[in-house]
Amino acid sequence: MIPTVLIISFVVFFIIQLPPGDYVSSYIAKMSAEGEIFTQEMIDEMRAEYGLDRPWYIQYFYWMMDILFHGDFGYSFSYLRPVWDVIMDRLGLTIAVSLITMAFTYLVSLPIGIYSANHQYSVGDYLFTFIGFLGMAAPNFLLAIILMYASYVWTGTPYIGLFSQEMLQNGIHLYNFGEFLKRLIIPVIVIGTSGTCGVIRTVRAQMLDEQSKQYTLTARAKGVSERKITYKYCLRAAINPVVSGLSNSLSSIFTGSTISAIVMNLAIQGPVLYTALKNQDMYLAGTILLVQAVLIVIGTLLSDIALGLLDPRIRFEQQKED
Amino acid sequence: MSEKKRKNHQNDESYFLASQWTLMRRKLMKHGLARFSMVLLGLLYCIAIFGNFVAPSDLVAYNAKTKNCPPTKIHWVHEGDFIGPFVYGLESERNMETFQLEYREDTARIYRIRWFVDGPEYKFWGLFPTTKHLFGVEDDGYLFLFGSDSMGRDLFSRVILGSQVSLTIPFVGTVISFVLGVLIGSASGYFGGVVDTVVQRIIEVLSSFPSIPLWMALSAAIPSDIPVVRMYLYITIIISLLSWTKLARIVRGKFISLRNEDFVTAAKLAGVSDLQIMLKHLVPGFMSYLIVNLTLEIPSMIIGETSMSFLGLGIRSPATSWGVLLQEAQDISSIASYPWRLIPLIAVVVTVLAFNFLGDGLRDAADPYK
Repeated sequence: MIPTVLIISFVVFFIIQLPPGDYVSSYIAKMSAEGEIFTQEMIDEMRAEYGLDRPWYIQYFYWMMDILFHGDFGYSFSYLRPVWDVIMDRLGLTIAVSLITMAFTYLVSLPIGIYSANHQYSVGDYLFTFIGFLGMAAPNFLLAIILMYASYVWTGTPYIGLFSQEMLQNGIHLYNFGEFLKRLIIPVIVIGTSGTCGVIRTVRAQMLDEQSKQYTLTARAKGVSERKITYKYCLRAAINPVVSGLSNSLSSIFTGSTISAIVMNLAIQGPVLYTALKNQDMYLAGTILLVQAVLIVIGTLLSDIALGLLDPRIRFEQQKED
Repeated sequence: MSEKKRKNHQNDESYFLASQWTLMRRKLMKHGLARFSMVLLGLLYCIAIFGNFVAPSDLVAYNAKTKNCPPTKIHWVHEGDFIGPFVYGLESERNMETFQLEYREDTARIYRIRWFVDGPEYKFWGLFPTTKHLFGVEDDGYLFLFGSDSMGRDLFSRVILGSQVSLTIPFVGTVISFVLGVLIGSASGYFGGVVDTVVQRIIEVLSSFPSIPLWMALSAAIPSDIPVVRMYLYITIIISLLSWTKLARIVRGKFISLRNEDFVTAAKLAGVSDLQIMLKHLVPGFMSYLIVNLTLEIPSMIIGETSMSFLGLGIRSPATSWGVLLQEAQDISSIASYPWRLIPLIAVVVTVLAFNFLGDGLRDAADPYK
């Protein structure tokens, strides 16, 4: 687990520094466009000050050492603040949005998947299949635009961003919490749709598989109620790939939310990451990606534990190995 | 034996004699939605192949007089007389309150729509220059089937010419990721041990890696002044570098379950080389399965290319793709005033849906237990 995170952080750092130039050169290009003049000496001085004159693997080494021994994630060039402060501003909201999206994904997709399997080839099944494919087919950032436009046409207020003007001034209180929740609807739908549709397809296919197996037939022949067959027998076996896909869905939420958050102007990490990558603000971008990687690895671990709790066969295999 | 019975019997026999691929084709033909998708995709690819001929205009023709023009209405009857498809002349006026061009039809001027008219010159498949287009408006009328963009270019032509990029990148990308996935996946599954562990770690890292930073970094590494064709190739490689992992995993799983089979041992004892065993004895055994997975991988590649171009990381002008066209539909106000800018989105959704349905049908057809 820890090696994976280390490898990811190394690859992240390598990829971030891959484009030609660094923060100093993009900064100088910007300032030169505004009419400032730089001498080569000044440029070299800036590079030396930020430590950008060293090769990238040395920079990585120092960055990692600072993280491991001082808990210091470096300094953001464009925010002129320590990276950790910049991230903490948005981390809470990012995790909140991701978790709510995930809850939405599973709360919506599990019942629909079960329904589709139990009523295969019914009108409802076809409808959900169609919606499911449509949700996977439409790039989610465009879904965001369409939904925002629709909400603007129907309600008259464009729901852009998570906070209204009033919330930004007075902070979130109980009386405007409803408004905040309302503003969450579109982002959650947009970010969650593709994952939801994927899970619906998986659950449907798995349930159909289980229902055609011998043990279901036996249970039915013995007079077990359909309800019990569905929820106690088939679902328990069918849910495995869904649980093991948990970490995958987390990473797709992070990726999906980056583009959609740019379009919808959400105050989560996506847009910060995007601009940081664009400006080659490498410590900021690197730390955000590292945090995401750690969260994904934790997600994988949790889903493995859940899988072990859920499926006695996996526990049994583990014990055999020990 | 009666005539009917014998026929049935023959059918039965042909069923048992049919090869795996014949069976698959028969099952696929029974799947209505998959058949429909196949026809639709065939049509889309035909249009893309003959793109320059079908599109009435080319990529470089812009016109300040026809900025943001809504889709042109095609009329059939003029003042009670039937004259076939035609469009009225286009008249524009600047609204002094909003400072936007507003368009009106000038019913005094009539331009008929004709087949095989002369338009901008292009090279047919790069072979010989010609000016013939499938259809168009005579003289200097304007025909914008899907409206025009902010530079007054015909959106219909751009969607068609964009499909040449958007529909082929996934195909080339699939071929690359197929080769990578099969080679790496089979090596990993066949040899096991250290090779397997290393490959699995690489796959783990690559697939848990968020794709946007990878796109950004890789596409920023592409110099901006290279020719369109090379650009296209680079983008394809970027997209396929990220998508071989899924296939490699599937191939590996299959190899692990097959590598201890008797026929593999027999081949080994007979002195067949490892590469031969992998590619000649093992891979064909689950080829159909791989093709299904490839079909299902294409939609995500189309969306990948669209998202990249949408963010300005992919294809750059003067070349165009559906994602590039959708850049103009980035904010609410532009969609509210020019809703036809979403038309490329319909093209994306239809294509992706068609590939999904086709893949679904193929999966059902390839499953021998159904």
